[in-house]
Amino acid sequence: MSDFILEATDLSRSFGGFMAVRNVNLKIARGSIHALIGPNGAGKTTMFNLLTKFITPSSGTITFNGRNITHLKPEEIANLGIVRSFQISAVFPHLTALENVRIALQKRLDVSYQFWRSRKILSTLDDEALERLDQVGLKRFAHVPAVELPYGRKRALEIATTLGLEPELMLLDEPTQGMGSEDVGQVADLIKRVSVGRTIIMVEHNLGVVSKLADAITVLSRGEVLAEGTYEQVSKNPAVMEAYMGIKAEEVA
Amino acid sequence: MTKPAQVHQPLSEAGEFAEGIPHEKLARSRAAQTVLWVLLIAAVLLAPAVLYPVFVMQLLCFALFACAFNLLIGFTGLLSFGHAAFFGGAAYICGHVVKVWGLPPLVGILCGGVVAAALGYVVGSLAIRRQGIYFAMITLALAQIVYFLALQLPFTGGENGLQGIPRGTLFGLDLNDPLSMYYFVAAIFLAGFLIIYRTIHSPFGQVLQAIRENEPRARSLGYNVDRFKLIAFVLSASLAGVAGSTKAIVFQFASLTDAHWQMSGEVILMTLIGGMGTIFGPVVGSVVIITLQHYLADIGSWVQVVIGAIFIVSVLLFRRGIVGELARMLKISSV
Repeated sequence: MSDFILEATDLSRSFGGFMAVRNVNLKIARGSIHALIGPNGAGKTTMFNLLTKFITPSSGTITFNGRNITHLKPEEIANLGIVRSFQISAVFPHLTALENVRIALQKRLDVSYQFWRSRKILSTLDDEALERLDQVGLKRFAHVPAVELPYGRKRALEIATTLGLEPELMLLDEPTQGMGSEDVGQVADLIKRVSVGRTIIMVEHNLGVVSKLADAITVLSRGEVLAEGTYEQVSKNPAVMEAYMGIKAEEVA
Repeated sequence: MTKPAQVHQPLSEAGEFAEGIPHEKLARSRAAQTVLWVLLIAAVLLAPAVLYPVFVMQLLCFALFACAFNLLIGFTGLLSFGHAAFFGGAAYICGHVVKVWGLPPLVGILCGGVVAAALGYVVGSLAIRRQGIYFAMITLALAQIVYFLALQLPFTGGENGLQGIPRGTLFGLDLNDPLSMYYFVAAIFLAGFLIIYRTIHSPFGQVLQAIRENEPRARSLGYNVDRFKLIAFVLSASLAGVAGSTKAIVFQFASLTDAHWQMSGEVILMTLIGGMGTIFGPVVGSVVIITLQHYLADIGSWVQVVIGAIFIVSVLLFRRGIVGELARMLKISSV
């Protein structure tokens, strides 16, 4: 198997006449945490939606473990082991935390189309669901509807649910967006912990988190790759400093 | 979804949720549910002793229709504005099978259900490609085609409808006897209601709920959302068909009214007034609407005004519907 779990080749996507992503090449090393950064409108979220098939590329190819996934549907790539999160917290608001995680776990029972069967069978998953909630510090909230959880905990619940699928590749869209500093630290720790044995791609604005977590960084600007490398390499790149870091330098320090 | 006030609430802060509360609610909900089931079954069994059986049979047919509709809007989040096509279309099929082919009423009702399911497959496959208002419009447009067919096809009797459908016999039991007919209809209603209840409380129902709550997330977890929606649509259509077929046997005719778009509107009304997304709401809603139509029949088209006024009041004052509001006040779950 190749050292790269995911490869995007010459990926482009235009909306009308506007090229949101232009000829982007991306190689994600197996087992790494790879961050996509860049100023607003750089094409990060478009890139993310392309990789998870929520939008289709205008041109270019995407391969996952050597398999061409360019034309698969989102649910199909999820079943291959690529699971994403969303910029706005993606929970099922009126299901309890436990039920949220169980939605992911239920896939492996292979009973999801059985409308004639009692859902009591799902309670065999409760122990594992509780364990997953415990992992992210939510065990106490197992029976609380997700909508009643504070924001930071919703994000933690989302990660617990995603992990329920045991994804090989996890894509996190701004996991610390809108959080207070205390939450940011906790979520960053959580990401570090769950990255063991899997690959993570994340879009992240908080450069503190990026410097702490990311093994590799791709900087996007105006839909194109501006720079690639480790945090040290990227942060010393003059083009990056001009386009992006210049404004944020003091924040990082 | 994300309120700014929540943003800075730190993760480590202890929540205000005591562990006991949900269990208490759960126990209370279970008790309430048991009471409601007993009440429903008792009411269905004893109703003909106090009420005119044909009236109660009409109630049961519409209640089943509304419950079938609720499976879509309340538990999948799909607003169909064409359910009359399944209700009315199946009524014609059932009438034809019983009257012209001379088959027993139970076979007629099953045929009605199967044809409605097939129709549901076609309508559903086309409609689920779009969302929201476009979904509703596609179902409406296709239902209008069914209405047109009901008007034009040679076997439907055009404006007059299909009249003189014999009630026949069921396992040697003469269904012209009002009470035999009543318990036949009651059995169909309870069976349909049970199927819907089970569907909602199945692993499948759990995924439907997830789709209703957050469709992109359900997709990103690997669920083939379209397939779930289509199965729900077919289930709902076939049960609506069973309800329509049964009504055709009860009244011994199938008419254009059953397939008219107003019928699609009425079932939405029943479901909303009773409480969409609740188990017993559609039953309550159809009882309210049918009773009003029945007892206010003397005032003619003013019935529509009264029902319209009730609808406005219910949407403004209790948006969860009768059952939904009661459940909230008693702090119990309505599913």
